Amino acid sequence: MDQLIQLSAMAPGQTGVVDGFSGRESEQYRLMEMGLLPGTEVRFVRRAPLGGPLEVEIRGFHLSLRLQEAERIGIKLFQDLEH
Amino acid sequence: MSTESPFVALIGNPNSGKTTLFNALTGLRQKVGNYPGVTVEWKEGIFYSQHGHPVRILDLPGSYSLNARSPDERILVEALLGRIADLPEPTAVVCCIDASNLERNLYIATQAIELGLPTVIALNMMDVARRRGMKIDVEHLEKRLGVPVIPCEASNGIGIMELRLALSQHPLPHPTLKMEKPALIHDAVDDLLPVLPPREKRESILARGEARLLLSSDEDPGLGGPVWTRVMLWQLRFDREMPGWRSEWITSRYAWIGEVMKESVKRFNPNKMTMTERVDNFLLHPWIGFPVLGLVMGILFYSIFTLAVPFMDMIDGGIGWLGEMASAVMPDGQVKNLVVDGILGGVGGVVIFLPQIIFLFFFISMLESTGYMARAAFILDRVMSRVGLHGRSFIPLLSSYACAVPGIMAARTIESPKDRLVTIMVAPFMTCAARLPVYLVMIAALLPSGPGHATQKSLLLLFLYFIGTIVALLTAWFFRKTLLRGPSPTMVMELPPYRLPNWHSVLREMFDRAWMFLKRAGTIIFALSILLWFLMNYPHMEDETLPADAAGVELVDTEPASAVEGSFAGMLGRTLEPVFAPIGYDWKITMGVLSSFAAREVFVSTMAIVYRVDEEESDSVVQAFRDARREDGSALFTPLTCLSILIFFAFALQCISTVAVVRRETMTWRWPVFQFVYMFAFAWLMAFIVYQGGQLIGFS
Repeated sequence: MDQLIQLSAMAPGQTGVVDGFSGRESEQYRLMEMGLLPGTEVRFVRRAPLGGPLEVEIRGFHLSLRLQEAERIGIKLFQDLEH
Repeated sequence: MSTESPFVALIGNPNSGKTTLFNALTGLRQKVGNYPGVTVEWKEGIFYSQHGHPVRILDLPGSYSLNARSPDERILVEALLGRIADLPEPTAVVCCIDASNLERNLYIATQAIELGLPTVIALNMMDVARRRGMKIDVEHLEKRLGVPVIPCEASNGIGIMELRLALSQHPLPHPTLKMEKPALIHDAVDDLLPVLPPREKRESILARGEARLLLSSDEDPGLGGPVWTRVMLWQLRFDREMPGWRSEWITSRYAWIGEVMKESVKRFNPNKMTMTERVDNFLLHPWIGFPVLGLVMGILFYSIFTLAVPFMDMIDGGIGWLGEMASAVMPDGQVKNLVVDGILGGVGGVVIFLPQIIFLFFFISMLESTGYMARAAFILDRVMSRVGLHGRSFIPLLSSYACAVPGIMAARTIESPKDRLVTIMVAPFMTCAARLPVYLVMIAALLPSGPGHATQKSLLLLFLYFIGTIVALLTAWFFRKTLLRGPSPTMVMELPPYRLPNWHSVLREMFDRAWMFLKRAGTIIFALSILLWFLMNYPHMEDETLPADAAGVELVDTEPASAVEGSFAGMLGRTLEPVFAPIGYDWKITMGVLSSFAAREVFVSTMAIVYRVDEEESDSVVQAFRDARREDGSALFTPLTCLSILIFFAFALQCISTVAVVRRETMTWRWPVFQFVYMFAFAWLMAFIVYQGGQLIGFS
C-alpha cells in the first residue's frame, strides 16, 4: 500500500504524488498555478545545506519550498520506484 | 482595418528568455523608463515589421500567472489590459515560453490567449528542449492553441525573423481558444461589464477578459468600493454554488494543458540526470555549498575593490586633467572657481564610482543570467528566514552594497508587501559605494599611512561593512517582531537550469545601470554641486589675502575657514553645531554632514572645499584633516572624532536619492520619513556611545 507522508519528510531521491494540501487555502494557489496540484508527481531532490529550504522536481522543473510550506503538502510515496 | 499604431506587449514566465528575445527583436532601439505613478522599470523598444513599419514593443515583468500577487505582476496585468495611463491598449501580445518547460509555461500562455487579443507564441529555447529529449509537434500545438507558434532560440538569433514576419500580418487574427466554463461565470462577467471603468476604445475586446481576471482576484486591484463589492458578492456566490472553484479553475486549466502536452510532445530518455542537477550536486552540497558561495562573493568584492581601482584612477586623472585645462583656459574669477571647485570637484567625486558600479552590475547580471543567484537565495534562505526575510531579499540587499537605490528597486521581486517593506527599510544599512570615499578618507585620517597599517585599514573597512550588514539583519528581525509582524513569507522559487550567460543581455544590463548612475550624477549631483558651491561661497566675503589658486596644501588653519564661515552653509553649520557637538563635530564637520544629506560622497568634496584643497585627492584632504584644529587649538580630527564620523556614516540615511526612491516605491511619505528619522537617531546614538564612551575610558 502507498504510504502517506508530508513532503517535508521525504528523503532525497524519493518520488510520490501530491495527495492534498492542509492549512490555509489561499496559500496554495501560487503553488497550484506553478503546477503543484493534487495528482502531480513530485521527486524530492535535496535539502539546502542548512537543512532547508527543500528542492523538488515537478513537471520537469525544479522548485524550492520552505519546510513550513512543505509540511502542508501531503505526498503518497511510490514504494515500488525506490531502489 | 484599424489605423492605430501597433503596440505589442511581451509577456512570459521568469527565466523563459523573454529579455533575450526582447533584445534580439529590438537590438539597440530600446529605452528604460518608469511606469507613470509607480516605479517598476520598463523597457520599451521598437522593431520593424516586414513592410518596414515601426512597431512599439513593451517588455513586461515575468510572471507565472495573470492572477497578480505582487506589485510587478499587477503592473503586468494592468499594462496587458490597457489600464496604465499614458500607455495604449496593446494591439497584440507576444508570449515567450520556454519549450523545455512547456507545461508550466503554457499556463500563462493560455490565460493570455483567452484574453482575446491577437497573440503570437514565441516557443523559445528549442535547442534546450531538443537536448532534453523533447520532440514538439509545433503544428499540432498551433492548432490546439489557435494562435501562431514560432519556434525560436533567441540567444542564437534563430526564429527572430519568423517572429517578426508573424507579427507583420495585418490585421492579426484574434484567437478563438475558449476553455469551457460554468454558466455562472458568464453571468458574472455579463454583470460586471457595465460597471468596469470606461475605456477609450468603445468595444474593447479586453473587457470580458478583465472581468474574468477580476473574478479570481484575491484583493482589490484598485477599483474601489462599488465595483469591488460587486466582484466579492459574485465570489461569495461562487463559494456557495461551486465550492473549491478557485482550485478547480487552476486544475482544469492544467488538465487541458496536460491533454495538449500528451498529443504534441514526445519525450526520449526522460529520466536522464540533467547537467544542472549534476552541477547542483556539487554547488549545493551540504559541505561545499557555503564555501563556494563565499568564494563567489569574495571574487565579487575583490573585483569591486581591486580590479576597479585602475579604472577609477584613470577617471580621477581625467577629471584632474579637465580641471587643469579649465584653469588654464578660463580667466580667474568666480566662474572659474565654480567650474573647477564646484562642478568638476562635485561631479567628479561621484563619477569616480562608475567602475565599481559597472563591476557590481556585471556580476549581479551574470549571476542572474547563469542561474546561480537563485542558488545563492536557496542556500541563504535559512539564515534570512531567521530574521524574517525571504531568500529573495538577498538580491536587493546585495545590490545595496553598490547603491541602495537599485537595491530598493530590486525589492519589487518580493511578493509579500511586508517582506518587501522590511527589506526596503533596512537596505540602506548595507554599505553602499557612496560611503566608500568617506570611509577611505576617514580611515586614512585615523590611521597613519605606511605599509604596517595597511592590514589595520583593511580590517577596519571590513568591520564597517560587517556592522552595516549585521545591523541591517538585526533591524529586519526587530521590525518583523514589532512594526511589521506577520506570517513568515513563502519561499516558492524556481531553481532554473544553469545557462551560459547571454553576454549581450549582461552587457546591456551593465550599461543601462551605468547610464542611470551617470544620469543621476549628471543631474542631481551636478545641480547640488552648484548649489553647495554657492552656499559655501556666498554671501561673498572678500578674501584676497588668500587667492584660491595659492591655497593648495600649505593652508593656514584659521584663515580659509573664516571665508566659509560667513557663508550660508557656514551659518547653517554654526546653528546646528549644538546637535552634533555631543558626537564630537565642530561646525565645519557639521556643515560637511549637512551637505552629505544630498549624497554621502559629497562629504568629501565639501570638506575639500571647506579646507580649500584644490584637487580632491584624498592625500591632500587627509593632510588638511590632520592639520585641522579646534578653536581652542586642540586637534579636531582625533581618533575618536574620526571613529564617530565613520559610525555616523555607517548608519545614517544620508542620501536624498534613497529617500526619493523609497517614497516612490512605498507610495507614501510616511515610510521614507520614518526611515530617515530612525536611521539618523540610531546613527547619532551609536556615534554618541563611541565618542562619549571612548572619552570616558580615556581615549581621545
